[in-house]
Amino acid sequence: MLSRTASDLYWMSRYLERAENLARMLDVSYSLSLMPQDGRGDGLEELAMPLLITGTLEEYMARHGQLHAERILHFFALDAENPASIYNCLGAARSNAHAVRGRITAEMWENINASWLEIRGIAEQGLGRYGISRFCEWVKERSHLFRGATFGTIMRGDPYRFIRLGTFIERADNTLRLLDARYEMLGEDIDEVDGRPARSYYQWSALLRALSSFEAFAEIYRGSPGTRKVSELLLLRPEVPRSLRACMDELSLMLASLPGENGRPAQRLAAELEARLRYTSINEVLDEGLHTWLTDFILLVRKLGHAIHSSYLEVA
Amino acid sequence: MVRTFYNEMYQANGECRPHYQAFARWLAETPKELLAQRRREADLLFHRAGITFTLYGDEQGTERLIPFDTIPRSIPASEWRMVERGCIQRVQALNMFLADLYHEQRIIKAGIIPAEQVLANEGYQIAMQGLNLHRDLYAHIAGVDLVRDGDGSYYVLEDNLRTPSGVSYMLEDRKMMMRLFPELFAAQRIAPINHYPNLLLETLKTSSPLDNPNVVVLTPGRFNSAYFEHAFLSREMGVELVEGADLFVRDDKVYMRTTAGAKQVDVIYRRLDDDFLDPLAFNPDSMLGVPGLLSAYRSGHVVLANAIGTGVADDKSTYPYVTEMIRFYLDEEPVLKNVPTWQCSKPADLSHVLANLGELVVKETQGSGGYGMLVGPAASKAEIEDFRARLIAKPEAYIAQPTLCLSTCPTFVETGIAPRHIDLRPFVLSGREVRLVPGGLTRVALREGSLVVNSSQGGGTKDTWVVED
Repeated sequence: MLSRTASDLYWMSRYLERAENLARMLDVSYSLSLMPQDGRGDGLEELAMPLLITGTLEEYMARHGQLHAERILHFFALDAENPASIYNCLGAARSNAHAVRGRITAEMWENINASWLEIRGIAEQGLGRYGISRFCEWVKERSHLFRGATFGTIMRGDPYRFIRLGTFIERADNTLRLLDARYEMLGEDIDEVDGRPARSYYQWSALLRALSSFEAFAEIYRGSPGTRKVSELLLLRPEVPRSLRACMDELSLMLASLPGENGRPAQRLAAELEARLRYTSINEVLDEGLHTWLTDFILLVRKLGHAIHSSYLEVA
Repeated sequence: MVRTFYNEMYQANGECRPHYQAFARWLAETPKELLAQRRREADLLFHRAGITFTLYGDEQGTERLIPFDTIPRSIPASEWRMVERGCIQRVQALNMFLADLYHEQRIIKAGIIPAEQVLANEGYQIAMQGLNLHRDLYAHIAGVDLVRDGDGSYYVLEDNLRTPSGVSYMLEDRKMMMRLFPELFAAQRIAPINHYPNLLLETLKTSSPLDNPNVVVLTPGRFNSAYFEHAFLSREMGVELVEGADLFVRDDKVYMRTTAGAKQVDVIYRRLDDDFLDPLAFNPDSMLGVPGLLSAYRSGHVVLANAIGTGVADDKSTYPYVTEMIRFYLDEEPVLKNVPTWQCSKPADLSHVLANLGELVVKETQGSGGYGMLVGPAASKAEIEDFRARLIAKPEAYIAQPTLCLSTCPTFVETGIAPRHIDLRPFVLSGREVRLVPGGLTRVALREGSLVVNSSQGGGTKDTWVVED
């Protein structure tokens, strides 16, 4: 298939996955900001976390000067001036889809086009009136719908593979960053006294819920969440669909099934990363230091993204 | 001046024409609210599907819906057979004219068309001179614009031999009608048209001498007004939709950049004007084309559909000669009439035109899309005087025709159902044989009294039925 088409499909699904992840991020921070803050301020710190994770805090401060709940939420979700807002991610996804509408099914196109038309309506009425949780739900739902339409209608050929690649590169990066940020905030598990267990419990639970892994955690570990278990679940468990391991399995599988010789570097790196996750234990990760390990892996995922680009999306 | 219009649905005495009776009965029986609700549904579906076009000159590139009217335009099968014969005849003659013009030029030597008329024409491409094309075909895809005068007889208003558009609306309109009103299609026999993309692909494949050529659709990109159609056709045919930057030329062969390396391209269904095709040969500023494409084309390694240089044959100043072409090449009488045309390049014609500007339609010979034309009876004094000045300054750039009494068809408007003027564009495919699907695109001028049906001027579309009578 055309490299430009592959690139548009890849970025279409990356942007859509990003929009979904941003909504998940916003959802968890918003609900935590509503909890009693143990004398730790008014929840603004929590609300600013999505900005910190996405690297947009500086731009926000430059524009608004101070943290302000309503402005943070608008900036992050619907601000057309913020290139990293959910609004603009959906816009970019739709624009990529528009460029390849001949290569995706009518159902997929209509779905993504409808999402775009709808978010413009939501932006007009404002987040406050629409409701923040409802908005986050809506974004997730549109993403689920699109994935369902894709899964149910598109031929299992190269276009499908590039769509999957975009989704899982973006998701791998997101899982790593969310875990890293929550770990930074909580630090090492401390002996749980004086209300701290409650705080740590809610924080980890919120992260698990944001990554739709709460039920999986409960079923596998049957206990309260802590750094070790949560990290193992989100990094190394193949059966959890948003875990790093699951993402890497899928990436490696998709890359291996692409035709042609020019994809060797990307295929090799993906297989290497997959194997590393398969044979790493959580003890090794924690021994290295969770933050260090996560930061290293974020760079590796980025390297894989570059390899996909130079192998397929900008060749000849 | 009292003008009478031919109403497609009703006779002058108010009686419904036979081929519309089944529909009229249905319309009378169906509750108004239901119809209104279905119309809203159609708008929503078109919007959701992104079946839109972009207006030039609109900086924001806003995507707009082409208004769709739910009352179909209906043609009895017997009448259609005549129209079909006429279109085939006309396109055959035009293709023969192009082949002749770019080779022996017999028609010039026979004194039927003056040499300066064609050789000095902007659409004439010297690069095509002497080049042999497979099957001698130049306009593989042609759109013939037809209108009906007061007595109902069909006239050809113009030929479109470059990159005629609108076929996607023809297909989407039908899909929409079948979705909204399936009962209508059960009640009478309406000729199907959905196989058009199939015929198009066959036409494109047979334009190449190869057995199984690699066909692509070349689009100027997603900001082009007809981008929806380019994407639509490539998807329906299952071929790649490429932009100029996806293609490159090496050793006079055209390749596309794919995820598995370079792949050769054999047939390009290009929806890009001649001028933009190859920056090395034509407009050097074109970012849309493919450097070296003309050279590859001339060495016979790739087919362009339509060929380069067809514009000379659909130019409005060439139009008056088409009936003579039919007689000259086919030795037949034209089935479809031409609208009488004054060529302002001729002094006698020009003075007639200047004296009667208030009653005529004046068009630029190179214009399209309803831009740059004057409809005398509908124009203000100032507009007429403005055109007078333009005509005197550059007479050869204009032709004039009597204002036709375009036929009308009942149409939903704000106030209910009212007659509005329509035209018809059937799409003619020339490959191993010359074919068209029954019907075409019916465009409707939604403003009361307006004779301009172009979508860029606020026109809408209707589904077009050919019904067994």
